Amino acid sequence: MLPCTGRIEESLLLKAFENGADGVMVIGCLEGDCHYVSGNIRAKARVKRVYSILEQIHIGAERIRMYNLSAGEGAKFAAFANEFVEKIMELGPSPINVMREKTSEKAPEEETL
Amino acid sequence: MITGTPKPIDEILEMVAPYDNIIVAGCHGCVTVCRVGGQKEVEVLSSTLRLARESSGNKIAIKELSLERQCDPEYVESMRPLIDDHQAVLSIACGAGIQFLAEKFTKTPVLPGINTGFLGVTERQGEWAERCQGCGDCVLHLTGGICPVTRCAKQLFHGPCGGSTAGNCEVDKNVLCGWQLIIDRLKALDQMENYVKLKPYKGWDSSRDGGPRRIIREDMI
Repeated sequence: MLPCTGRIEESLLLKAFENGADGVMVIGCLEGDCHYVSGNIRAKARVKRVYSILEQIHIGAERIRMYNLSAGEGAKFAAFANEFVEKIMELGPSPINVMREKTSEKAPEEETL
Repeated sequence: MITGTPKPIDEILEMVAPYDNIIVAGCHGCVTVCRVGGQKEVEVLSSTLRLARESSGNKIAIKELSLERQCDPEYVESMRPLIDDHQAVLSIACGAGIQFLAEKFTKTPVLPGINTGFLGVTERQGEWAERCQGCGDCVLHLTGGICPVTRCAKQLFHGPCGGSTAGNCEVDKNVLCGWQLIIDRLKALDQMENYVKLKPYKGWDSSRDGGPRRIIREDMI
């Protein structure tokens, strides 16, 4: 459980892909509305750095995306989640999962933080 | 601090291509502060390498660790029990740390994961600038605390050259003229007498010109 997207490190996002995620959504508070002042802005910069890493290693930058929402925007959250899931379905499994499928290997068990 | 920049992922992947079981070693010193070689960067680089290698069907096992300092023998020795179980070490410390590991673990290839930069300061988050070239003969007391060796592109010692225009250096309009900075600071300190003092030729024998340098403090040995 993270209290703020500002706690998300690049390594945590990459770990999600190592653990078998085909896509990762990061959802932070609206910009300017962070309870910790700039947590969501920091998260945005980190997500950007992960875009670049995923692109360089041919996993695909589009497999990670950050959204900003207020806790009162349930319908918008659902719409964003559906949009992202559709996008990932369109892209198909990540190259890691494709390779694991080929070698019939399961993702490593998720580590407890 | 000693600064550095990450090497491109492709270059690192090429370096580690022959191996499938390596150590990625960070350092808690300067490279942690300039966000290129600390524990967090070890984690990111290791994940990146594992993802890249596994998705190309050639998995790599990585032991992640970060030493207090890679430039001190007691910390480096703490890695020794792990060395024989791994084919190579990818170090993201500065060039000194990387070489120290290579010196200590002679049978294991030690690979550089970063490009070491310069002795500098953090001007703001994400921006570092050079301040010292380690010439071994400091004159900062005469130059208002601004180094002519580092800040002047020509390393002049007696004022600006003809390429100084409106406070900028001719090598790059974004580089401030070191001597303009020195003069402005001396004026502010009311120490302009230092500017007109004739300085003897600088002895560069304490700098790099004599090859790799060594400091021996007899009182500490």
